[in-house]
Amino acid sequence: MIRFTNISKRYPGGYEALSNISFHMEKGAMAFLTGHSGAGKSTLLKLIALIERTTRGQLFLDGQNVSRIGKRRIPYIRRKIGFIFQEHHLLFDRTVFDNVALPLIIAGYRHQEIGRRVRAALDKLGLLKKERLYPITLSGGEQQRVGIARAVVNKPMLLLADEPTGNLDPDLSREIMALFALFNDVGVSVLIASHDIPLIEELDYPALSLEHGRLAGSVVDRE
Amino acid sequence: MKRSRKNQRQSQHHWHAQLRRLLSPRTFLQRHAQVALDSLGRLYRNRVASLMTAAVIAIALAMPAGLYLLLDNLERLSGTWDGQASMSVFLQNSVSASAADRLAKSVREWPEVHSVQLVTPDEALQEFSQRSGFADVLDALDENPLPAVLVVIPASGYTDPAAASALRERFSRLPETALAQLDLQWVQRLAAILDIARRGILITGCLLALAVLLMIGNTIRLEIQNRREEILVTKLIGATNGFVRRPFLYCGLWYGVLGAIIAWLLVETGFWLLSAPVSNLAGLYQSDFHLETLPFQLLWILVMGGMCLGLLGSWLAVGRHLDAIEPT
Repeated sequence: MIRFTNISKRYPGGYEALSNISFHMEKGAMAFLTGHSGAGKSTLLKLIALIERTTRGQLFLDGQNVSRIGKRRIPYIRRKIGFIFQEHHLLFDRTVFDNVALPLIIAGYRHQEIGRRVRAALDKLGLLKKERLYPITLSGGEQQRVGIARAVVNKPMLLLADEPTGNLDPDLSREIMALFALFNDVGVSVLIASHDIPLIEELDYPALSLEHGRLAGSVVDRE
Repeated sequence: MKRSRKNQRQSQHHWHAQLRRLLSPRTFLQRHAQVALDSLGRLYRNRVASLMTAAVIAIALAMPAGLYLLLDNLERLSGTWDGQASMSVFLQNSVSASAADRLAKSVREWPEVHSVQLVTPDEALQEFSQRSGFADVLDALDENPLPAVLVVIPASGYTDPAAASALRERFSRLPETALAQLDLQWVQRLAAILDIARRGILITGCLLALAVLLMIGNTIRLEIQNRREEILVTKLIGATNGFVRRPFLYCGLWYGVLGAIIAWLLVETGFWLLSAPVSNLAGLYQSDFHLETLPFQLLWILVMGGMCLGLLGSWLAVGRHLDAIEPT
């Protein structure tokens, strides 16, 4: 699903956030990405979501080389990826329903189809009764679940999560991770960046560990 | 290897499905209608601010439109104002009263002639004696020295100097004519003045159109800044530039249309306020002239103009500012 081949990322100014990263994550796999803050976790996820572009090396997503893909094609790649942020980036002037519907509207789904899919996603995340509320009235955990609903509503092949439990207490964090495991069970590939080591150790999934922009240890296929 | 080929096929299939969905005309129209309504709803939610912006656009549109209509009316007036642009055709003394009458009748059929009035020598004498105060002198004369005169008013398409002078030539060639006189200078001066006025209105119109363009551009720029977060999020979850651009383009379009409708109301109201005094003035000149605005034609032109300016203004703003907002 994700293949990094000797990828480096150097920011303007010379700071090398990632050096010579190579790994392969199988389709349908679920893995964690760990490391101290500043180790390059966010940068790695941003490379996959094509928010940042690789300086060197080849990046394959779903068998497609996206390292040098044109700007105009980026949106179509992003539609295959569900991205979950720590600050969840919800739009506060829209209802929960409208927030979750956004990826479907962007992809051009029909009106009836949008309603059906949004309610299915909200139902899966236990938010069906909140669809008419505005995100500001929800708790932190609920807001994060709205963010997840928005990421999965489009049935993406890959879920990326950047510190999804960063602002949540341990119980809620466990709940969120269980949700990810649930999506993984139906075949979605999941990559979660987190520094919550105790929680990661509780769960039986491989982890990629970054240290100063280099892969330090890994249980995922290294190449 | 086998697996990756299968993946490729799957992703290709995904692509085709996506393409079909995007190209389906119903979805396309539905989407545009949705965005158009959303943009309108957004304007309605900030109705005071939107109305103020639209009012400024309206004033900038109403100025050239109103001035142009005034000029149009003035031109119409100059075409019909009897006596002024008229031509006096003095007939030979030998032409009998009945021949003069026949001539007047035949001239009335010419396409370049609006109307003909025959002033017989007796009528001319009467008028002259009344106006000049020489009644006693004229009474002393044995016979009436005055000729019959055809007072000709050219039709509306023949008031410009060249056509009027050609018409004069045609009258000069008639055997009955002694002298055909045209107040050419007056016609030429008016045409020149109207020409300057038309040019002036064109310049004003262009400047104000530019002002509308900048106004809408600036409004859209602010709107883009206000919705920065939304743009970032939509781009992050796969929105194309076209998708992000669309609501702003519709927003500019609505501003243009709204401004045009208000401009139309302003012009119509202005002309309505002017119409009574103008009719009054025209009455003093024994004219039944009144102001005309052709309301539906005006509305149509204003709305089309406003729409184009709105789209163009927002297009410029969007082009400059939208690409700069990329998720990092």
